[in-house]
Amino acid sequence: MMNEHAFTQQADRYLNGEMDSTERVAFEQYCHEHPEVAEQLAQHRLFLRQLKEQAARAAFRETLTKVAADYHAPVATNTDADREPVVLTLWNRFKVNALVAASVAVVAVFSTLWLSGYYKTIQTTTSNFSALRRDMNTVKKNVNAQNAVIRNINSGQKGDPVGHFGATGFLLSGNGYVVTNYHVVKDADSVHLQNNKGESFRADVVYTDPAHDLAMLYISDSTFKALKSVPYTFKSSPSELGEDVYTIGFPRDEVVYGQGYLSSQTGYAGDTTAYQISIPVNPGNSGGPVLDSRGNVIGIISGKQTGIDGASFAIKSEAMLKSISAIAVDSLESKLVINKKNSLNGLRRTEQVKRIQDYVYMVKVF
Amino acid sequence: MSKLSKAVASEADLKTIDGVAAGDAEVLEQLYQDYYPMVLKMIVQNSGTEDSAKDIFQEAVIVLYDRVRQGDFELSCKLKTYIYAVCRRLWLKQLGAQERVFYDVESYAELIPVEDDLARHREKDRELSRMERALGELGEPCRTIIKDFYILGLSMQEICEKFGYTNADNAKTQKYKCLQRLKKLFFAAIR
Repeated sequence: MMNEHAFTQQADRYLNGEMDSTERVAFEQYCHEHPEVAEQLAQHRLFLRQLKEQAARAAFRETLTKVAADYHAPVATNTDADREPVVLTLWNRFKVNALVAASVAVVAVFSTLWLSGYYKTIQTTTSNFSALRRDMNTVKKNVNAQNAVIRNINSGQKGDPVGHFGATGFLLSGNGYVVTNYHVVKDADSVHLQNNKGESFRADVVYTDPAHDLAMLYISDSTFKALKSVPYTFKSSPSELGEDVYTIGFPRDEVVYGQGYLSSQTGYAGDTTAYQISIPVNPGNSGGPVLDSRGNVIGIISGKQTGIDGASFAIKSEAMLKSISAIAVDSLESKLVINKKNSLNGLRRTEQVKRIQDYVYMVKVF
Repeated sequence: MSKLSKAVASEADLKTIDGVAAGDAEVLEQLYQDYYPMVLKMIVQNSGTEDSAKDIFQEAVIVLYDRVRQGDFELSCKLKTYIYAVCRRLWLKQLGAQERVFYDVESYAELIPVEDDLARHREKDRELSRMERALGELGEPCRTIIKDFYILGLSMQEICEKFGYTNADNAKTQKYKCLQRLKKLFFAAIR
């Protein structure tokens, strides 16, 4: 009878199949002869099986736990990631909407600004140059009220039409050519000229020169009777600094005389086609003639510098003559003759103004 | 579910069962993806939490494993139905005496008897945890020697080298002593 140690060794070899056939037979024989050994072997075998099962199950459980952890893990991290950057997730979700909204807003803003004429205003406000046409809208209300009264009196008769802008213009020649500023007649539906007697004539814009801010009108109204040739001449040589100059114009509904001197040979921002003159001018003076003491037209009022006192600008008549010489003569209805004979020289100022008045018109733009 | 498909387990289910028996991680992962949401739904709908769902599902997989390892397992229905039934049973047991109305989420899942399987699983669990405890009490280096020899199948020579015994006979003696102690611990727990 072998001891337990030897038996265990034998049993292990037997169960692992390490014995050769003779050994095997001998061991089985031995077990068969000793029932208690056989029982021991059975118990050993069972025990080992349980040991192995336990190991296998432990391994399985480990794998399962790992798989479970893997399966549950991404869900957990996902919720973490979702919770943390709320802003990011919102951004991701509404990115497209936000971009669309932003572009719509941008388009809306700029189109509104453009439609409301903001950019035009910017252009004019960033420049210190102020064009001197008179905006009639402020007086419109008063005039409307007046018209209402007149209408009541005349019971049904229509009052005078009201202009949006007012300015000044003067005759180039007696047969109805009038010069004024381009900024006055720009965007005009119709242009009317009113003389100092209150007569109103319809006029056509026959020529514009935006670069020099000049426009030429022709009085096409049948009620207009050609005047004698204009009393003033146009000076094409430069005038001297300090020259005594004056203008008449329509900053209001009545003709207004203004007097001053030529203060610079150049206009706004060094413009060589204009003079700087020191005459108090106001909106409505635009297009008025600037004359020297001998009755020569030396320029046309065009604007003034905002924020600076006494800095008004007049387009040189030299530039004006050059500009209108570019008009094709054939395109005009009647001949434009520039007067060369001055009938004002030597007259007193009051006399000069009196004569000129008939040739200066209020320009009303509708 | 028709009678015909009830009798025959599908090819995919059989493959899955083989994978479970082998402890294939990929198959287990698939098992989770296919059946865990259903179990989670059932348990959450019946006053459970996500954590209890995790535990129940894991236990159900081990029940399946135990059952499959015994070799005589024959799937008499869909694997899904089997897992659902096991989980339901386990969860009901955990809810215990609480008289609650139990809502079945899978209305088509007829209830197959799984009591036997669960009883066997419990028995196995007891035996194996006894073994586990015995191994735990055994301590090192005995545990490793036993594992190396009986489970990993290393030869005495290899074990001798690994543990630095002077010769294989010493190692053999050591192993024998360890085994005797383990047996003593194991059988002591039975009595």
